[in-house]
Amino acid sequence: MTAITDPQLAQPKTRSRVWRKLRASPSALFGAVLVGFFVLVAVLAPVLPIPAPLETDWMAVRKGPSLAHPMGTDEIGRDVLSRMVWGAQASLLAGVVSVLIALFIGVPLGVAAGYARGWTDAIISRGTEALLAAPFLILAIALAAFLGPSLSNAMIAIGLSAMPVFVRLARGQTMSVMTEDYVESARVIGLSHRAIVWRYILPNIFPPLLVQATLTVATAIIAEASLSFLGLGQQPPAPSWGSMLNVAKNFLEQAPWMALWPGIAIFLVVLGFNLLGDGLRDALDPREN
Amino acid sequence: MLGFLTRRLLIAIPTILLISIFVFTLQKLLPGDPVLAMAGEERDPAVIEFLREKYRLNDPIWMQYFNWIGGALTGDLGISLRTQQPVLTLIAEKLPVTIQLAVMALVIALVIGVPTGVLSAYRKGSVIDWVANIVALSGLSIPNFWLGIMLILLVSVKLGWLPASGYVPLTEDPLQSIRTMIMPAFVLGTGLAATLMRHTRSAMLGVLRSDYVRTARAKGLGESVVVLKHALRNALIPIVTVTTLLFGELLAGAVLTEQIFTIPGFGKLVVDAVFNRDYAVVQGIVLCTAVAFIAMNILADAIYRVLNPRMREEQ
Repeated sequence: MTAITDPQLAQPKTRSRVWRKLRASPSALFGAVLVGFFVLVAVLAPVLPIPAPLETDWMAVRKGPSLAHPMGTDEIGRDVLSRMVWGAQASLLAGVVSVLIALFIGVPLGVAAGYARGWTDAIISRGTEALLAAPFLILAIALAAFLGPSLSNAMIAIGLSAMPVFVRLARGQTMSVMTEDYVESARVIGLSHRAIVWRYILPNIFPPLLVQATLTVATAIIAEASLSFLGLGQQPPAPSWGSMLNVAKNFLEQAPWMALWPGIAIFLVVLGFNLLGDGLRDALDPREN
Repeated sequence: MLGFLTRRLLIAIPTILLISIFVFTLQKLLPGDPVLAMAGEERDPAVIEFLREKYRLNDPIWMQYFNWIGGALTGDLGISLRTQQPVLTLIAEKLPVTIQLAVMALVIALVIGVPTGVLSAYRKGSVIDWVANIVALSGLSIPNFWLGIMLILLVSVKLGWLPASGYVPLTEDPLQSIRTMIMPAFVLGTGLAATLMRHTRSAMLGVLRSDYVRTARAKGLGESVVVLKHALRNALIPIVTVTTLLFGELLAGAVLTEQIFTIPGFGKLVVDAVFNRDYAVVQGIVLCTAVAFIAMNILADAIYRVLNPRMREEQ
């Protein structure tokens, strides 16, 4: 007979194993360093010794990188480095907030579907399938168009478009956890549904959700940059990497640096989240032990 | 197979109905009255009333939905507010351009992704494997619209090898058509190549560990025969289905790629419709894309069943 253990008791041990495995993976560490660097830059933006992102210098329009402007200036003489630093705030905020929206709507729906089954499951699952049928970016573009162009609407659009993946994942994981002996015993001793979900379901479906969330932040950052590039995200003159690229494409011959830096930044931060997500997946995968 | 297809088609009907309700409701929830925009600056009450009657906007909302979905079932997705053309005609006009771009991108993705994935799996743990994985992850992390901008800068502006924008129909001048499309197709194909490489590697790793590959080696067959004939043939089953499922990514990627290279395709139609608040076109596009995506999912499942001998036996 299988011993019934409270999964929460085993958590500190699991946590230290995951942490050890993460630290042992050079690519995951590199990803964490990249993400950490951009988070630090975004947080420290107000105190860094750089010009204001909207400050224009008409004497320095489209100037190449120099000591005064290490990443050059843009079409109206604004410092590109400063706009890159403040743009990091917009990109990271969009990535994290979109995923939080997707998590806060998707996980309760997924858990409800997997836990209650029956009609609740049928309705939620059909709705999820319908949303999954529309390609992610096209759905986000359509939603952003209907909501109106702004950074907050872009975050809502991306969050809602990413949500079905979390519903499906949370549902599948809940159904799998429901078959465990400790859930069965919790039911037998008469714990309420809410207590079972909070104490047993949510802690156990958390690891795969964390992996998915990390990888979705990467997708959401690219999606925000794409929407801003199309003019559906952050609105000018506020800085965002996507909107900077949108302007930069008109000055490719005269000021190629305007297009270079935002692209490199998006690439590095997305690579960071992808490496970290891959590392987390390997560290949390029991088959890797 | 017929039973399987019928079952899948029946399951698809409620999904399509749900997405149609979602798309329709979204437009109705919008602030503002589309009729006011159509009535011009004078906003003559008689004109407004005429337009309301013409577009049956005075009907109850559920009746409006049934009118719209009934029309959609017969191929009538409404009229574009901007061009006054039927939405389906607009989509049908632009689709061949995007299909050409998508097919070229897919060929590039397959040519890069599959051999790299095979090599990476075969040399697991080697420098080749490590480099291939890094390149694949980088391919997934590069925003394709930025890659497009950089390629225009290098290949068109600096080197002058290929045109930066424009489109020539394949039927008009095939060579020039390929010249204008090759760079956008490469941009669109690289991200997919990375996805395909990762799937191929994973599928090949599973197959290379299997008993029948071990048996083939024990029989003394050459490595190229073992890898290409025995292993790759079986690893191709999931790869083919993944390729079919990449359709959604191709369409989404085409939106940005067509915007950068000014290609008059499906993706550019989406963006133009969005900026002109041409909601009938946006609705039609989302609905058509969803239907096509569901069709590709069914096709992927059907191909999987045809290619997988075990599934055939079950039938």
